[in-house]
Amino acid sequence: MKNSLIILMFFVIGIVSGLFVPIPRSNLETNLSLYVLYVLMFLVGVTIGSDTAAWKMIKSVRGKIFLVPLSIIIGTLTGVGLVSIGIHGMSLKESLAVGAGFGYYSLSSILITEISGETLGIIALLSNIFREIITLVASPLFAAYCHKLAPIASGGATSMDTTLPIIVKTIGKNYAIISIVSGTILTILVPFIVTFILKA
Amino acid sequence: MIVILVVLTAGIILGFLMRNHERMIRTADRIMNGTIYLLLFLLGLSVGANETIISNIHTIGVRALVLTVGAIVGSVIVSYIVSRLFFRDM
Repeated sequence: MKNSLIILMFFVIGIVSGLFVPIPRSNLETNLSLYVLYVLMFLVGVTIGSDTAAWKMIKSVRGKIFLVPLSIIIGTLTGVGLVSIGIHGMSLKESLAVGAGFGYYSLSSILITEISGETLGIIALLSNIFREIITLVASPLFAAYCHKLAPIASGGATSMDTTLPIIVKTIGKNYAIISIVSGTILTILVPFIVTFILKA
Repeated sequence: MIVILVVLTAGIILGFLMRNHERMIRTADRIMNGTIYLLLFLLGLSVGANETIISNIHTIGVRALVLTVGAIVGSVIVSYIVSRLFFRDM
């Protein structure tokens, strides 16, 4: 689902085509992609609902593990909320929506593009890609200088798959379950929180 | 945009009911991936054709990075509080 390279390749091919192939703007501003988005959200729902392994794991974990994704949600939204004060031309709502991708860049950028336009969509795409890259690169530093949960917190939704190997490598196998549970819960919540923020 | 949440929830319920029909779930997963590729290609296309975005890509990149730093620092701090209060034994 988050096979990063293929996803980025499609995006880059799109950019290059857009740069060099003249396309009338009106052709891009149809409602077609809105309906495609509905289909996508439905399919995202189907894969979430049918993921029995994820549901079983979430049901089996002890209560306090849920505090990890909760703290990541509160921390992320507080953090982007605070830095957004220093960003001119971006509302609090827009900043919160970008943060609510929690690193899940493909889905969050698509959703945000449809609801708020391509400028915010591209900010969401870049910001959430950066979250994944920084986690991949800096997890050892987070673990050494902050605390054991820091790489999981930094990884956000990606701590269940793309950044899981580096997280386990830096903080140990004991934390694998917490990392997967936290990432899974955040991944499931991304479409809900992003839509809620932009439409509230 | 309530439609998005309704469609998403309907998908979850249907997915749960169909959870044992592996072939259909796999097909849904494949169509989902194709749709993500298509929409990201379209996003790239409209970004590439949008001169305002291309000429402001530095500003956009800096904004994205600032938001990322805010997100990571915020979540590292709040999860630190949680780890001190609830995960001291680990």
